[in-house]
Amino acid sequence: MKSRRQLIGGGIAVLLAAPSLARARTAPRVVVIGGGFGGASAARTLHRAEPRLDVVLVEPNATFTACPFSNEVITGLRDIADQRFNYQPIAADGIRVVQAEATAVDAAARRVTLGDGTVLPYDRLILSPGIDIIWGALPGYDEAASERMPHAWKAGEQTLLLRRQLEAMPDGGVVVISAPANPYRCPPGPYERASLIAYYLKTHKPRSKLLLLDAKDAFSKQKLFQNAWAQLYPDLLEWVSLSDGGKVIRVDPTTNAFETDFGTHKADVGNVIPPQRAGRIAALAGVADRTGWCPIDPVTFESRLIPGIHVIGDAAIAGAMPKSAFAANAQAKVCAYAVAQLLAGETPEQPRLINTCYSLAAPDYGISVAGVYRPANGQLTDIAGAGGTSPIDAPLEQRAQEAEYANAWFKTITREAFL
Amino acid sequence: MICFAASRVAALAIIVAAAPPPGATSCSGCHGGVAPFPVLQGRSAADIVTALDAFRAGTKPATVMNRIAKGFTPEETVAIANWLAAQK
Repeated sequence: MKSRRQLIGGGIAVLLAAPSLARARTAPRVVVIGGGFGGASAARTLHRAEPRLDVVLVEPNATFTACPFSNEVITGLRDIADQRFNYQPIAADGIRVVQAEATAVDAAARRVTLGDGTVLPYDRLILSPGIDIIWGALPGYDEAASERMPHAWKAGEQTLLLRRQLEAMPDGGVVVISAPANPYRCPPGPYERASLIAYYLKTHKPRSKLLLLDAKDAFSKQKLFQNAWAQLYPDLLEWVSLSDGGKVIRVDPTTNAFETDFGTHKADVGNVIPPQRAGRIAALAGVADRTGWCPIDPVTFESRLIPGIHVIGDAAIAGAMPKSAFAANAQAKVCAYAVAQLLAGETPEQPRLINTCYSLAAPDYGISVAGVYRPANGQLTDIAGAGGTSPIDAPLEQRAQEAEYANAWFKTITREAFL
Repeated sequence: MICFAASRVAALAIIVAAAPPPGATSCSGCHGGVAPFPVLQGRSAADIVTALDAFRAGTKPATVMNRIAKGFTPEETVAIANWLAAQK
């Protein structure tokens, strides 16, 4: 007769399937790869759901630098130190934090290999690898080019490089930003960045111009941004849509030039937001499809391609949910409880998830988009009648209130994930 | 086998009691003790339900909660409120 041993913790009880005696004495192990908003939140939620789970968080960097609010760092409104978090509080919870890069996943044997050769067996694996830039997808834009024309789409040194370039630019200069086609990390991000750079130019270098070249005709919170731009930066910021020739087809880092089908724009400061895909370990694990992103089950976030591996955050194809820090955190919590239940032999309930994304059109001018999602037809879909953007005709007091909420949200979510 | 089945039922009861109801875990993305977001954990379930019903009906001033409350039925709202009220 099979023997099973039952652990009853503060939260979810984990029944141990017992293929061997040695196994039966060990708590199930969940390895989480990636220590961003998704991975950190998943590790902590697993530990809270069942403290006796063996949770291992694998992350190569000792410090995490958050992307939300990094546009304020670029424009001198915020110190990068306010974006940085380490993993000591997570380790203090009792979660094993391994500072290493995951270099391989053997899904059949359920093992992760780290850069130093260490092998980590797992019962369930959660990948939260964020994004990788596809170097060369935009002709002329390789890693070397990003030293001249920063992307600043992974916060850190790139953020500071773009800030220094803006600070060094003389009044009367031209800033050019190129925004990619969908999908990419943080859909409203390019437009918040354009807004805050325009705010910096208006307040520091008012004879300057900002050109936002776009590979799209429509974007997140579009009416709200365009309304704000008309009010705040009417002669300073120009958005060029795909239809108007905004798609950049090549960049030249030696001349800081953006080439489109309709001509070439030379920049004093050039910011290229390039095409992206799921972080590298997703492809190595076999969970990324031909799009470069990871199809998932909307109830458990388990990969559609490889059993036992769950994918959350920017790397996942999450249907109507955008690639945001809020979404990664919300997905992490749902995924963590689902993983704990699956390990207990239970079937997770159909979840509901929320996303709220704030953007700043100026430091005291906040706008938001919200959504509530549920699984339907195998995808996370919008619940009709819920969600939507801030009203287009809201008074400035409400914009100020939403800017305050945006700041409080960052403090809250970073506290939940990292502090 | 009888023994095994009994222990499994006991485990199920614990899971059903402990797994958060659908939507509940998203709230802490904003509501975590940083003003001006109100803390929800430990607040009375009745207060939370009253507020969410008013947000859904559009009778309570809001920036985003009016948009979010419309994503939950009254039954889902009660389940979330009960869970939040039980959190520390």
